[in-house]
Amino acid sequence: METRLRAVLPDQQLIRLYEQMVLSREFEESCAEQYTKGHITGFLHLYSGQEAVAVGATAGLHKDDYILSAYREHAQAIVRGADPKRVMAELFGKSTGICKGKGGSMHLFDPSLNFMGGYAIVGGQFPIACGLAFSAKYRGEDRLAACFFGDGAVNQGTFHEGLNWARLWELPVLFVCENNFYGIGTEVHRSSAIPDIHKRTCGYDIPSEKVDGMDVLAVYAAVKRAAEWVREQSRPYLIEAVTYRFRGHSMADPAKYRSAAEHEVWKARDPIPAFSKRLLEEGIVTQPQLDAILEKARAKVNEAVTFAEESPWPEDGAVWEDIYV
Amino acid sequence: MSEMTYRDALNLALKEEMRRDPSVVTFGEDVALYEGSFKVTRGLLAEFGEERVKDTPISENTIVGVAVGAAMGGLRPVAELMTVNFALLAMDQIVDHMAKIRSMFGGQTFLPMVVRMPGGGGSQLGAQHSQSLETYFMHCPGLRVVYPAFPADAKGLLKSAIRDNNPVIFLEHELLYNSKGEVPDDPEFLVSFGRANVVKEGTDVTIVAYARMTVLALQAAAELEQAGISCEVVDLRTLNPLDTETMIASARKTGRAVVVEECWRTAGLGGDLAHRIHEACFETLLAPVKRVAGLDVPMPYSRKIEKLCIPQPESIVAAVKEVLHGN
Repeated sequence: METRLRAVLPDQQLIRLYEQMVLSREFEESCAEQYTKGHITGFLHLYSGQEAVAVGATAGLHKDDYILSAYREHAQAIVRGADPKRVMAELFGKSTGICKGKGGSMHLFDPSLNFMGGYAIVGGQFPIACGLAFSAKYRGEDRLAACFFGDGAVNQGTFHEGLNWARLWELPVLFVCENNFYGIGTEVHRSSAIPDIHKRTCGYDIPSEKVDGMDVLAVYAAVKRAAEWVREQSRPYLIEAVTYRFRGHSMADPAKYRSAAEHEVWKARDPIPAFSKRLLEEGIVTQPQLDAILEKARAKVNEAVTFAEESPWPEDGAVWEDIYV
Repeated sequence: MSEMTYRDALNLALKEEMRRDPSVVTFGEDVALYEGSFKVTRGLLAEFGEERVKDTPISENTIVGVAVGAAMGGLRPVAELMTVNFALLAMDQIVDHMAKIRSMFGGQTFLPMVVRMPGGGGSQLGAQHSQSLETYFMHCPGLRVVYPAFPADAKGLLKSAIRDNNPVIFLEHELLYNSKGEVPDDPEFLVSFGRANVVKEGTDVTIVAYARMTVLALQAAAELEQAGISCEVVDLRTLNPLDTETMIASARKTGRAVVVEECWRTAGLGGDLAHRIHEACFETLLAPVKRVAGLDVPMPYSRKIEKLCIPQPESIVAAVKEVLHGN
């Protein structure tokens, strides 16, 4: 039996989770449209389908906790508090972008939100998360580093080096694997000797668990509990959130390696309608309220697109800026 | 001033900076309990404790990455890679992260970190432990690259590196660790980046070098002096930032230049330096710039033939004579 939502969080916070998932989805679908129009170029990896992970996990963390992610991180940044206008402007390559147009889709960053970056070399964020956790511990700060990564990253050396290091130095790192089953076109069981990713921590004496990554409240509860443990123990923990991306690896990928049947099974588990259904059933929201949330999200995304379109390109001189202090 | 070795000068720099600033920490393979493979970190664990002086697993990429994260979190980490050869295992964190994070994140953060790496050839350590990879780092924008020749510079440059807010690759030559020199005692003695040093003045030929090559260049210059040839020796000290002005001014003055590099010749940094001199001094040069470089071979073990692969004072003497008199 499902836990009643109200037993976990008050109404306003439940509605907030829903709003964030809707905003993430609308933002990503708008990105797809802007990509086909040629306004967004380069690589574009969309998060549609995985919203419950970023939204649930972020809600389970403290604002002081560091967040690091890979290159499918628009939603991670926005849910953490990044202004959708500045994120969209970044994707457009404009000077008003969150990284002044220097980063692009894969390299969002906002230290004022403790959002410590999107990293585009698979597994590059593991050592950096350990370093941030080390600095926090050294300075006596009550914060952890939450390190998000995909299923493809667990076969990089940095994953194993990072797990070993975090346990050895007793660092407050919460590893969150977003297992969407595919590293581009290679399914997990074809790349990982143990497809149950959370089991791969056993060689490092790091506790771990698997959670339904299509259930925002399940992710929230698991991350909140794990984060408290990590902070109290000053030791690492790993959560495997099982999820699915509704689009290809990037906009360049038609995802022909997945069957229509498989896709349909997961589409039926779409975390957004799944959550709205429960909100309605428990009388937390009404349908008109849900409609209004969607309209508000669309307006926000449209505003972001307009802002990005109207923003200036970087000056030529910017090319030499911000390389050295 | 005190006379000390290059090793002890580095050790003193670390101690002084750790005493001065509690945000300075150091870690690497065998740096704490074992006090460093080359004993540069001798006494650090005893003085600063295991919170600040830490042994790490043999995980070079993560050693650098942890330093990146720690620097982003507000510390001033000094990571040691046991030798520069192992930096190849860390190139992802060095090139993709350490060098790029400030720029690709729009200048919103900075990385006040140092990665120390002993390196260079000449100790019969075989192909995998004798490399000179300075060009690799110099090629990558976003890094600072430092490579001292003398104990005083070793101290002053390492202290500057630790205080610098940019990520610094700090190279140390294994064959210089026991070399001695006068080192200022002042704990505020710093050597600025981007300032080459004219370590010997001369009038006939400019020799541009760095690290151990500077020491060999001075030996060559002394020998040439006997033959009545006056060499000016420019020690670059930092490869990034590069002090082209001092190098070019000297080449303009003498009209001839020899560039000495320990790394492989092909696409080595000496080609870049020579080009800069040619471009700036074409009208006044009396001869093309000559390069003395490592041979384009994986380093052999046997000392008889290893010697052939690394620039020697004799090869510098020969090059100077060639730019003076032609082949």
